[in-house]
Amino acid sequence: MSVSVSQSYAQRILFAYWQQPLAVMGAALLWVIMLLAIFAPSLSAYTYFGVDFAAKNQSPSLQHLFGTDDLGRDLFIRVCYGIRISLFVGVAAACIDLVIGVLWGAAAALYGGKVDECLMRIVDVLNAIPTLLLIIPLIAVMGSGVHSIVLALALVGWLTMARIVRAQLMQIKQQGFVMAAQGLGAGFWRIVFRHLLPNATGTILVTMALTVPVAIFTEAFLSYLGLGVQAPVASLGSMANEGLPALEYYPWRILFPSGFIVLLILAFNLVAEGLQKALELDRATPVAERLF
Amino acid sequence: MKHYLFKKAITLTLSLLVVVTVAFLLMKSAPGDPFQYEQALPEEIYQQLATQHGLRAPLLIQYVGYLKQLVSLDFGHSLIYKERKVWDMIADGFPTSALLGFEALFLCVPLGIFAGVTAAVLKRGWLTNSLIFMSVLTVSIPSFILATLLQYGFAISLDWLPIARWGSFFHTILPALSLAVMPMAFIARLAFTRTAHEMKQSYVMAAIAKGLPLSYIVKAHVLRNVLVPICGYLAPLIANILTGSFVIEKLFAIPGLGFWFVTSVLNRDYPLIMGITVFYCFLILMITLIVDLLSALLDPRLVRERSAR
Repeated sequence: MSVSVSQSYAQRILFAYWQQPLAVMGAALLWVIMLLAIFAPSLSAYTYFGVDFAAKNQSPSLQHLFGTDDLGRDLFIRVCYGIRISLFVGVAAACIDLVIGVLWGAAAALYGGKVDECLMRIVDVLNAIPTLLLIIPLIAVMGSGVHSIVLALALVGWLTMARIVRAQLMQIKQQGFVMAAQGLGAGFWRIVFRHLLPNATGTILVTMALTVPVAIFTEAFLSYLGLGVQAPVASLGSMANEGLPALEYYPWRILFPSGFIVLLILAFNLVAEGLQKALELDRATPVAERLF
Repeated sequence: MKHYLFKKAITLTLSLLVVVTVAFLLMKSAPGDPFQYEQALPEEIYQQLATQHGLRAPLLIQYVGYLKQLVSLDFGHSLIYKERKVWDMIADGFPTSALLGFEALFLCVPLGIFAGVTAAVLKRGWLTNSLIFMSVLTVSIPSFILATLLQYGFAISLDWLPIARWGSFFHTILPALSLAVMPMAFIARLAFTRTAHEMKQSYVMAAIAKGLPLSYIVKAHVLRNVLVPICGYLAPLIANILTGSFVIEKLFAIPGLGFWFVTSVLNRDYPLIMGITVFYCFLILMITLIVDLLSALLDPRLVRERSAR
């Protein structure tokens, strides 16, 4: 393979990404976890709900890689299913944020004036409310479950995306090529989708990558409190909650699910940070600031 | 300045109104009402009670009534603990949560600032890298997982500290630590970026050229410019500590407001849920306003920047 002299934009970004050891580590970690969640359940002899009272609370062994819980269920498989739920919640929340946030932010930036003022005031008002204080009462009334969690996350999650997209588009729309497109008679939506949004892709991507760990964290938090998914389905948070009383004697029952929550969040944070550096979005907020 | 604060106050009042309205509507849409006991009441008595207490009134009238109640701090009665008023439970539980929150805050703010500023000023590669790695790692560990690890390590294995409950100062160490670590990583990271930025400014260069010692430059010049933006993040930080305390209090069996909040949600005790939600929102929005006022006083540039936006 010869190295081409002129690289495409995507190639340059990828190159800058692979230069960072931590970011590569995050991507590899994410890859392994995803493979585990997708393929391990079909290769294993156990199911996440299969009860075996002869094998209660067994410590990790070749038979049960992560041990078993108080009903003799194989923890390895349950953790794999838990990862699936976490990934689903994270990706679903990020996608909903993408749709609502981009439309809201784009509308504010492009219409400007009163519309902008009005839309962004709404964002400001909602943004001042701590997320969990809206989500928990909602879950209390809607009932717990993956779908209510995703819905509750979607109701408040798009605010950051809307703000960031608006700020980015405000900058881009003043540039010459937009005026040129307008001069050539391009329609409103053509300018939005062909000229403005492609230039904001990097920012949007990083914001999405940062949304995922926050969503995964929130799901784990709620499930840990007993407000998340219900038995026999296992999410990482609810498994950690079930394992808590056994902390003293069977610590693996809480350590494996908790460990995978940390690994998942860490992997996404590393990837997001790597992307941010590769895209040279220095002025965007670093990972930590977005957790609030 | 006045204009900016006025606008801010309006926004926060609207935020509070949103929460109150959502709380009211959720409470109304939840199944059951205060007069549905296990034994069914005779229909006439039930109807009369409901009418007497305004449950038959139009929603808008009920809403206005609810607002009036809130202003006079009347959050109603708990559905599960029949004798207790929601406000009394809040007044009982909140001091404990506040104490825990303050302890966590006093732990995380100075340590975080110290770590971040030191790493940025000394400019050692390994120090910077380990700070960044540690902050990404600790930000990825949810407080409840850290708390279990601490319990396992310090209470079960080493048996140095009590594993749970509330009483002496030693009971507060593990919960406060679990609450403080993530905000600490966040502050350290923020302090690091800001200090690194300030150290490149020409006023620092001038001070170095004059021959001032580094520690003096940091203390007299740099620190001020670093503290102001951190001050601006105090409000979300306090909100984070207070909401994070829900799960920590549950985990350590601490009889604070967060514990009651989680219990009330699990019990579907709607008046208590909504009472605590509204109380916490009011508190956090007030803190946000005060912090904004403080940072505007500390650095008037912020006001101009934000109003220009």
